[in-house]
Amino acid sequence: MALKVGLEVTPDKYLPHRYAGASGDFNPIHIDQEFARQVGLPSNILHGLYSMAQVARACTQAAGGDPRSLRRLSVQFRGMGFPEQEITVSGKERESSDDTVILDLEAKQGGKKIIKNGEAELRDPKG
Amino acid sequence: MRGAAEVTSRAVPVDAAAKGKTYPPHEYEVGKEKIREYALAVGEENPIHFDREQARAAGFRDIPAPPMFAVVYSAGAVGPAVLDPEVGINFAMMVHGGQEFAWGEPVCAGDTITTEASIKDIYERGGMGFYIFESVSRNQDGEEVVRGTWTNIVRGS
Repeated sequence: MALKVGLEVTPDKYLPHRYAGASGDFNPIHIDQEFARQVGLPSNILHGLYSMAQVARACTQAAGGDPRSLRRLSVQFRGMGFPEQEITVSGKERESSDDTVILDLEAKQGGKKIIKNGEAELRDPKG
Repeated sequence: MRGAAEVTSRAVPVDAAAKGKTYPPHEYEVGKEKIREYALAVGEENPIHFDREQARAAGFRDIPAPPMFAVVYSAGAVGPAVLDPEVGINFAMMVHGGQEFAWGEPVCAGDTITTEASIKDIYERGGMGFYIFESVSRNQDGEEVVRGTWTNIVRGS
């Protein structure tokens, strides 16, 4: 099966606050613009694991929506993601067997990679 | 020679003594509303994460957590390992460099997940310190639900 992998999402201004509450990661670089600027960042930045969750979502969507289809996902975080900018997740099939597909993935914002060297293993949950 | 000395002076001193260290298990009870909160935050659209009937119709024993919910129940085990003074990470210079999860049994509302963290590796490369943590999470039946590899990188000054 040749999978189509792609997802676009624009996290709104308050997304990092909601993700902080949902995940329990209240590091002020994600939720406090003033603090972020004091430590030399342009503004508060997205949680890397939120961006990774978008890559995971692109995988399960490509596999038909079943969360059991995602068996493994590994990523490297690069650069910084920002709220109010579109994230584009893209991926392509590297190899596949009867019931398993290996994908190469990345996530970008404004042409800059925020996740690179993403690799996912998808399996047919009914297989 | 001078170049080599400069590189050495900028390198992050890495103490690998804590390699192999393990931490006490952390228990987490998975709640339906916590799954909803997480699923909404990351933009999940599949109704099985919100509706018990639809989850059961899809073959789950209760509402399943999205795969990346692993960070929620693992955090209480991995956090103390990352913060351990014996590991000695300089947090001002730390970035989350990479993450891997390998999933097993699905995690559903009502599950009790026990996670054990350990230090898989500590090494220096290219003047940076690499701290690799592993977490293994099991459900109430002892089945592995996820294995996480957390890579934190400490940059040189």
